[in-house]
Amino acid sequence: MRRLIYVVPAAVFALLAGFFLAGLFLKPAEIPTALTDKPVPEFALPALHEGAQGLASADLSGAVSVVNVFASWCLPCRVEHPLLMELAKAGTVNLYGINYKDKSADARKWLDELGDPFQRIGADLDGRVGIDLGVYGVPETFFIGRDGRIKYKHIGPITVEDMERRIRPLIEKLNQ
Amino acid sequence: MRSFLATLLVVSAILTVMPAMAFEIDRPLDDPALEQRARDLSRSFRCLVCQNQSIFDSDASLAVDLRRIVRERIVAGDSDAQVEQFLVARYGDFVLLKPPLKPKTYLLWFGPLLIGVLAVAGVFAYFRGQRARAAAPEPLSADERARLDALLEDESDT
Repeated sequence: MRRLIYVVPAAVFALLAGFFLAGLFLKPAEIPTALTDKPVPEFALPALHEGAQGLASADLSGAVSVVNVFASWCLPCRVEHPLLMELAKAGTVNLYGINYKDKSADARKWLDELGDPFQRIGADLDGRVGIDLGVYGVPETFFIGRDGRIKYKHIGPITVEDMERRIRPLIEKLNQ
Repeated sequence: MRSFLATLLVVSAILTVMPAMAFEIDRPLDDPALEQRARDLSRSFRCLVCQNQSIFDSDASLAVDLRRIVRERIVAGDSDAQVEQFLVARYGDFVLLKPPLKPKTYLLWFGPLLIGVLAVAGVFAYFRGQRARAAAPEPLSADERARLDALLEDESDT
């Protein structure tokens, strides 16, 4: 009984320290998508480029596809852009873009400047499709399997480390 | 005089247009009862961008869009539960400021109660132990008994 006086505070301290330590590595700003393993919600967006094809949910099955939600007003999008260019060059997936709440002319200028890695780009002018997809900020990137189901959503800009650790292995797995 | 009139016209035109532009962002519903429902409901959804504000309180553009959607769903005849369902399907339970009661959240909801019960049990155990100690003094050790016996013997001799 007497020993408890020493054991209990030490145990409580250890428990709290454990929680705080784990808390240091949490990312509360990242909310995993509620759509994991669910089919892509139905949508059909007009094309960003005049005369090009728009983007619809029907385009997202049959092959592994990656859908990047971007905007010309979004700085982190600029940061991840070279990695998307690389991904397009690798040709392992169908890479599509959704231009989120943007002025189409601005977006086109942005892509002229930085390069256009996307096979198709849908213009989501009012952000409605974004909401159906559970987008709450740009950039976000969806990884969709051949079956047309969302496998993973990357929140925020893709870094080189994300690419090596998470995304390349995921694409390899989905392509098997 | 003519330029003054023209200025007046321009200024009054701007003044009439400005509030209209403001309303474009958040147009309340005509039916006050429905508008009240939309507002109450908006208070229960988390703004995904600012996270500890409701979409009612937030000025983030996503919150504005979600408020508009809440109003649209209500006008379309959705019940409160259906509006909730609509948002949870897209953003998950996290969008609800009040977490739902389900097996995954039992610890969250009942954890404080559990800690309270444990604390009360601990206090009871402590005081019972103390009273028991007070009621039954510790038995004499062999050494003490020997000294006591010696003392008693001394007394019986005299």
